[in-house]
Parts: sequence; structure tokens; C-alpha cells
Amino acid sequence: MSGLAFLIPVALLLGLSGLAAFLWSLSRGQYEDLDGAAVRILIDEDDQP
Amino acid sequence: MNGAAASDHVEFVLPGVKCAGCIAKIENGLRPVPGVHAARVNFTTKRVAIDHSPDLSPDAIRRTIAEIGFDAQPIAATAPVAENAESKALLRALGVAGFGAMNVMLLSVSVWAGAAGATRDLFHWLSALIAMPTVAYAGQPFFKSAWAALRRRRTNMDVPISIGVILATVLSLFETIEGGPHAYFDGAVSLLFFLLVGRFLDCVMRDRARDGVTALMRETAPGATILLPGGGTAWKRADAIEPGMRMIVAAGERFAADGVVEDGTSIVDRSLVTGETMPESVGPGGSAIAGTLNLGHPLTVRVTAAGEQTSLAGIRRMMEAAGQSRSRYVRIADRAARLYAPAVHTLALLSFAGWMIAGAGWHQSLLVAVAVLIITCPCALGLAVPVSQIVAAGALMRRGILIKDGSALERLAEADCVRFDKTGTITRGRLQPIGALPLSEREKGAALALARASRHPLSRALASALEAEQVTAAAVDELREQPGLGIEGRLAGARVALGRPSWLGAQADGGAVLQVAFLTEGSAPKLITFADEVRDDAGATIRRLEQMGLESAILSGDRRNAVAPVAQELGTTALVDLMPADKVAAITRLQHAGHRVLMVGDGLNDGPALAAGHVSMAPASATDVGQSAADALFLGDGLMPVATAVAAARRTRVIVRQNFVLAIGYNLLAVPLAIAGLVTPLIAAAAMSSSSLLVLANALRLRGCAR
Repeated sequence: MSGLAFLIPVALLLGLSGLAAFLWSLSRGQYEDLDGAAVRILIDEDDQP
Repeated sequence: MNGAAASDHVEFVLPGVKCAGCIAKIENGLRPVPGVHAARVNFTTKRVAIDHSPDLSPDAIRRTIAEIGFDAQPIAATAPVAENAESKALLRALGVAGFGAMNVMLLSVSVWAGAAGATRDLFHWLSALIAMPTVAYAGQPFFKSAWAALRRRRTNMDVPISIGVILATVLSLFETIEGGPHAYFDGAVSLLFFLLVGRFLDCVMRDRARDGVTALMRETAPGATILLPGGGTAWKRADAIEPGMRMIVAAGERFAADGVVEDGTSIVDRSLVTGETMPESVGPGGSAIAGTLNLGHPLTVRVTAAGEQTSLAGIRRMMEAAGQSRSRYVRIADRAARLYAPAVHTLALLSFAGWMIAGAGWHQSLLVAVAVLIITCPCALGLAVPVSQIVAAGALMRRGILIKDGSALERLAEADCVRFDKTGTITRGRLQPIGALPLSEREKGAALALARASRHPLSRALASALEAEQVTAAAVDELREQPGLGIEGRLAGARVALGRPSWLGAQADGGAVLQVAFLTEGSAPKLITFADEVRDDAGATIRRLEQMGLESAILSGDRRNAVAPVAQELGTTALVDLMPADKVAAITRLQHAGHRVLMVGDGLNDGPALAAGHVSMAPASATDVGQSAADALFLGDGLMPVATAVAAARRTRVIVRQNFVLAIGYNLLAVPLAIAGLVTPLIAAAAMSSSSLLVLANALRLRGCAR
């Protein structure tokens, strides 16, 4: 039983941090240009040393 | 970012962005421009968002983008914010519901596994603490919609969902306080999660299509140069132009208002409003229609109607009016809910009453009633429609057919006759010379030089045909365009001319209107005939549609002798010389007779008809108005996508019905158990998930529906 007192908060905290990360990425507009994110990796940024 | 205090925001649509290189070119090209703080291309929506200092005008930015090599159209910056708000809110609710469902399920599994006594109570309390905020937040889309429906004394799918979820939560809380064995928190939260998935997919589908269609009214001229009464000129925006003003419209400009020509002669391309391919010549006293294009010479026009009074604005109003009949369409899921919701509620109420009469006490009776509500809650029903439709839309998209929303697929399946526009729909909307050009190599060079100097559609068609043959233009000088007649110049001292056959002394073939003559001094004029060619598979498409039971006909704004050969070739009937209002009338007549019309068209003149049809499609080359009025767009040179889309929509309807049968069939099995009081939270959760998976798997069969 004493393990539960430790494990349940850990499980909830992990879940909540995942939720927070999702909501943060959503509010920062990371899902607004999914196709663009896929092709942007091909851009050579040679003008910045 | 420079973090400048004063910063303006502007967005442009960039139809030409196709790859990573384009993104880099635009962003790197804009960054060094003084006054530009930030520029970011959104590849999905084909837009670029630019933060710039106020002293840099949007027009200057547009020119810069044009120099980089891209065509940019400005859009109002306020619009896109509201557009994606709904799907964002749903995604946030989905995230919250997902978190809640996972954690509550984790706790529930331990309870099912045999946790008892204090542990069970602790887990129930924890579940309650997670589930109640989750339901309050993630349930909002359903509660709001249900409340809106109830206030209008209607019912929709969200009413049973809301009642079920709220009742289950409240009763489970009561169970928890009492220390009872059964709490349905997991059921309530995972129900919300599954339904939000369905709701989100539905919303994504609409957003995706909206991004593909830039609903601009590009045809409207932004403004015009106005002659001031005291002499001199000033540029005024279209909404500041008033009747009585005199505007100067240069060659290549669109008229910003309706008016009467006072001075000058020119030719005008009216295809936007009338659908007619051939330009008309106008002189003093002739009429100018807002949105049409002046091809020849500068004209001075006295404005008779501006702003909301123009015929272009009239077409827009007509579209709004025509679209109202379609907004009355009831989605298939809501139609199902009209039957389903009362049945479910009666059933739950009856089981409550039955157990009360049997003397089970109100607590036990209420538990049974809630179990019935949860079991019958249209989880699979809520998924059945959106999942099928998004799978079908995805399959169609891979075939170059863009469906704007789920209801379009439903209505497409119901269509029983098709009406086509001619120009740009049945035909490619591009003029091409018929047969080989009857010109020598030397003449081709001269013809190209002449054709390039004119904006007339036939000249442009000739120029692009010659360019395709890789002809080099000859050095023709003294180029002069004669309005309504043609263009002439001198090649090594000899007169060369391209224009109307009668102007150059050639005998035009009877009936063939799209002809030009080419003349070199000293030799006989040569005739070149053009045609707007019918799409290759137009005949096959119409036959396939016929096999599927859809009768086709043509509604055209063009003249009889331009439409008749096409109709004959395809073996269909045609109505000709139709104004936009006549097309709407023709469609309304059919709908009153009980038909459901699929309208396929592309032009502005088809806009009202597209809005009036039960469902409508447009080629991707359509005008913006056509694109925004149509329910579906298709890419490519063929017409077959129309038939493919109808076939896929019908297949989707079959799958949706199967899914309904599956969902209801599962209810028929589970409801007796619930009424008998045998359903525990474990059984409810298992039944709910399995029926959702079944519906999903069935919907995935639609992946190949567009073949």
C-alpha cells in the first residue's frame, strides 16, 4: 500500500506533464503547418555560418 | 524578430509554393528587405505571414514577392484567426479528455482487478477528482450544441450524449460518496474521448478544404483612377467610388464599377459574368460591367452603379440567397439522432420505472437507468459517420478530388442528375488552334511577335501555341492595335497583320466564330481557327454517370452555335444563352420537381447555380467564386473525377449505413443486459471500445473507394 502513495502521484504527474506539453505545443502553433515542417528540413541554411 | 514597437501584419496567398526551395526563396528574399520584421511561409495553407513596419505598404511587399518570382494575393489578416479556432478548441478538449481517460482507466482497471475496501474508495475518489474537471472541460462542445438544440426545441445527437455523460458522472460521484462498488467515471470520460475524436476529424476535414480554397473575390478590382471635376486624377478604392464619377480604365485593368463608356473604343472580356469566350467590342454609349476586363485601349467610363449596387455584387447576393436552401440540409447523423434519442430516453425511463415497480429502490433503479444510457450512448454512432467520411475524403484527395466537408459527401451520394457548365468545365477553358497552323516558318515568327503584343484571348492562344512549337519572334516594328479589328506592324518593310478575317479581306467560315486571319503584304490572308477543346474523357464521364443513373445536361451562358457542337458530340441536351439567374431558375425547377441536382461549373456566372444545386463540384482551375461556392474541387485535365466522386460518395453512404447497423445491432445485444441490471462498468467499457473499433475497421475499408 505504501508504494501506491508514491506511484499514483508519479503517474498523475507524468500524465499532467504530457498534457501540459501538448497544450503548450498547441498554443505555440506547432500543428499549424504540418506539411511545411516536413519539407523545411530540406532547406539548406548556408547563409548562416 | 527585431521587437519593433510598431508592427503591421499582412498575409498573402501564394498559390505557387510547391517545395522547400520556394519556402527558402521567399523567406530569405523577404528577410533582408528593410521594414520587414518577420516573414514565415505556411506551406499547408500556402500563405505567407509578414510582420512589417507601418511605413512599408502591403503593395510594396507584394511587388517584392513578385520580383522573387511568386504571385501573391493579399487577404484580410483578421479572417484566418477565427477559422481554425474551432478545431484548436476541439484538439485541446481532446488532449484533456485523453489525459483523463487514460488515468481514470488506469485506476478503474485496478478496481476491476479486485481492489476492495479502502483502496477501491481511494481509487474512486481519485477518479472523481480527475473525471469531473475533465467532463466539465472536454464535454463543453457537446453541452453547448445540445443546449442550443434544446432551446430551439429540437434534438440532435448531442442531447443523449450530454444527458448520458452528466447523469453518469453525477451518479458515480454519489456512488463514491456512499462507498458503493460501481462508478462509471471511466465510461463517461472515454465516451467523451471517442466522440471528440469523431468531432475533431469532422472539423479537420472542413479546415483542410477551406485552406485549399482561398475564398477571395479576386475578380473585383481594388479601385480605379477617378477623373476629378477640376481636372487631374486620383486613385480611389472601390468602396469610395460613387455613381456619377468618371473613371479611367487602362488596358488590362478590370472595371471597378458598372458604368457607361463615355470615351474610347476597346474590347472587353466579359467571360467572368456571361461565360462567353469571345470578347466584345465596346464604344461610347456601351456598357461596362464591374469585374470584367478591358483588353484593348483606355476607356473613360461614367459610373452608374458602384459597390453593393454593381451586377457583380448582385451575383454575390444571389449566391447567398441560393445557398440558403442548402443550409437547411440535415446531416445523416442528426437525422439518425431524431429517431434514436427519444427511443433511448424512453428506454432508460422505462427501465427506471420497471425496477421501481419491481421494488428495487430508487438507487438501484437509477443505476440501471444510467447503465442503459451509457450502453446506448451513441459512441459508435458518433464515430460511424465522421470516420467513414474522412477515410473516403482521404482516398478521394489522393485522386485529386478535394471534398470540403462531410455533408458534401452525403449530398453527393443523393444526387440524381448532373448539370454541367460548358466553358471551362466540359471544355478545358483554353483556346487552342485546330489542326496544324497554315503558316510558314517566317510567318510564324511574325505572327508570334504580333500575337504577343495583344491581350486578346485569341492572340494569347496563338502566342502560347507558337511558343509551344518553340518559334522565335521576328523583329516586327511599328506595332499598332486597332480596337475590335486586330493588330498590325511591319516586318522588314512589309505590312503584317493579325486580326478579324473581315478586316483583312478574308472570308470567314460560316458559323465558326473563333477565327483570326494572318496577312503578309502581297499574299493572300490565311485563316486560323480556334476551339476550346472538350475534355478528353467528357463523353466517357457522361456515359458512366448515366450508368449510375444520373442524367446529364449542359447549362451554358454561351451562344447556341458555340454550345450545339459540344452537346452533339456528347449526346446531351443543352440550355443556352443563360444569365446567372436563369441557371439558378433551371436548377430550382429541377429541385422542385423532386430531383437532387449536382451542379458542375467553374465561372463566376456559375456561382449562384453552384450554390443553388443540392451539391456542386468545380474544377480546380475555376474562378475563386466557383471554388468557394462548390462543395468539391477536382484537379487535372479530365472530367472523370465527377463520376469517381459520386461513386465514392455512394460507397461511403453504404459503409455509413453498415456502421449504423453495426452500432445499433450491438445495442440490441447489450441493452437487454443493461435493463436486466447485469452491466457493470467493466462490461460497459469493453462493449463501448469494441463497438468503436468495429466501426473504425469497417470505415477503413473505404480507403480504396476512389478507384
